Amino acid sequence: MNFELLTQLIVNGLIVGLLYGVIGMCFVLVYKSTKIVNFAQGEFLLIGAWVCWTALVYLELPFLLGFVLSLCFMAAFGILLQMVVLRPMIGEPIISVIMITIGLSIFFQSLMKWIFGVSPQSYPQVFDTQNINILGLNIEMAYLMSTVIAIIIMGAFYFFFKHSKHGLAMRATAFDQQVAQSLGISVKNVFAMSWAIAATVSATAGIVLGMVNGVSDSLSIMGIKVFPAVILGGLDSIVGAIAGGVIIGVLENVAEFVDSQYLHVGNMYDIAPFYVLLIILWFKPYGLFGTKDIERI
Amino acid sequence: MTESILKVEQVSLAFGGVKALTDVSFDVKKGSVFSIIGPNGAGKTSMLNCISGRYQPNEGNVIFQGNNVTNLDPNDRADLGMGRTFQNLALFGHLSVLDNIMVGRHHLLKNNWLTGPLYWASGAQKEELEHRRIVEEVIDFLEISHIRKAVAGTLSYGLRKRVELARAMALNPKLILLDEPMAGMNLEEKEDMARYILDLNEEFDITVMMIEHDMGVVMDISHEVMVLDFGKKLISGLPDEVMADPHVKRAYLGIEDDLEEAS
Repeated sequence: MNFELLTQLIVNGLIVGLLYGVIGMCFVLVYKSTKIVNFAQGEFLLIGAWVCWTALVYLELPFLLGFVLSLCFMAAFGILLQMVVLRPMIGEPIISVIMITIGLSIFFQSLMKWIFGVSPQSYPQVFDTQNINILGLNIEMAYLMSTVIAIIIMGAFYFFFKHSKHGLAMRATAFDQQVAQSLGISVKNVFAMSWAIAATVSATAGIVLGMVNGVSDSLSIMGIKVFPAVILGGLDSIVGAIAGGVIIGVLENVAEFVDSQYLHVGNMYDIAPFYVLLIILWFKPYGLFGTKDIERI
Repeated sequence: MTESILKVEQVSLAFGGVKALTDVSFDVKKGSVFSIIGPNGAGKTSMLNCISGRYQPNEGNVIFQGNNVTNLDPNDRADLGMGRTFQNLALFGHLSVLDNIMVGRHHLLKNNWLTGPLYWASGAQKEELEHRRIVEEVIDFLEISHIRKAVAGTLSYGLRKRVELARAMALNPKLILLDEPMAGMNLEEKEDMARYILDLNEEFDITVMMIEHDMGVVMDISHEVMVLDFGKKLISGLPDEVMADPHVKRAYLGIEDDLEEAS
């Protein structure tokens, strides 16, 4: 058995899993506060990555400035999207709203292809060294950065929800919109804010992934890949999203290992998470951390 | 007690073809306890929802402290000083009693999404402590200090109602809207609740507007009573006057005998 490869893959899995967790958190955030299952989550990554790429390549901004600008753009984008497209849908059947997010997903994917073309583009060199060696493991600098960013984001989420006025407002809204309003919480603002956060944080993940693999259509597939992670953790649990993300990330890579060493089936990397998802949902239909009575689609 | 805190002017509300409220007007005097009674489906909760902003009336105006609030969102009305409780319990079930009440202070918090996460550095912690102190006052007042750490979802019905009242009080409201504060309570709990309502009215100077079915309580603690029937205002006035009115007896109390003689 090739232990070195296995460890390397597990570490990779953990790193990617944390990123899944971050994207999953955005997904859960939107679902919890607005009850919308956002199928356009992956497009947030894609748009964020392209915007950052434009800022770096065309405007030739330094990385940090371009990065921050892209995040500001995405926050505005999220708010605008909520106000223009989704606010009129408040109170409409949930299935219509879901259809809209699917529509948005298709629309933005095509729009990005139209503007930026179909061939993958890579970011300009951001770090001097591409790989570093930690305890004999080869880790890409961008991945290391992604881990740090993921952990910072998770910590920020914790403090945001626990200690800030808006975090409190979001939690109250997630529980009961009518009650929240009677306590002086503007549900409209909460909705806009959750979309803004989801767009910004997803874009961060998109940029990090873009730095590793280049920016292309495949980024939006992350939106689908995060799905098993979120469902696994329970659709309405932020902790669950992180746990689910890490589990799926590690699982993919272990499946890859088993496949490449023993089975030689091919494509296990993509398929395995969904198999495990099926098996877990068999025993825990509401996911690992989910609330029992939520409605599913 | 002469100045009115809330004016409802010719409010009508319809859901499709169903007229929930027709041309209802009344004044709630500052510092009073104002009760709405009426049979089931008379439009009492609809009226309350028009005032709190859950529903927008089709016609008419709601004037709160001299401001026309008819088109404001419920949260804006809460900011102006309107608190409410709900007919069916609406506590945050998984939070502690203390946290539930703290949510009521939400609209008074000043820290924002940037300073909040910098909990210790930005003064958010200090601010939170200040609000904690006020919340403790409310907790003391409603005598729920023994359950302040308990998870709200585990409490008995009567206590939950009291916590809900505490949360509405934490908003520092000028007017508090209570939707059946005593429904489903036993006699002892009802007496307690009636006492709290009177006390918060007098000590905290909060005007109370409530819907209640228990006629004994309504007559005891209200300064003014209004009767709704099929979405129309039958009468409003002092409790005794209202009780004596033959139309009220027919509509609500179900006594028909002396109607002919009286009218």
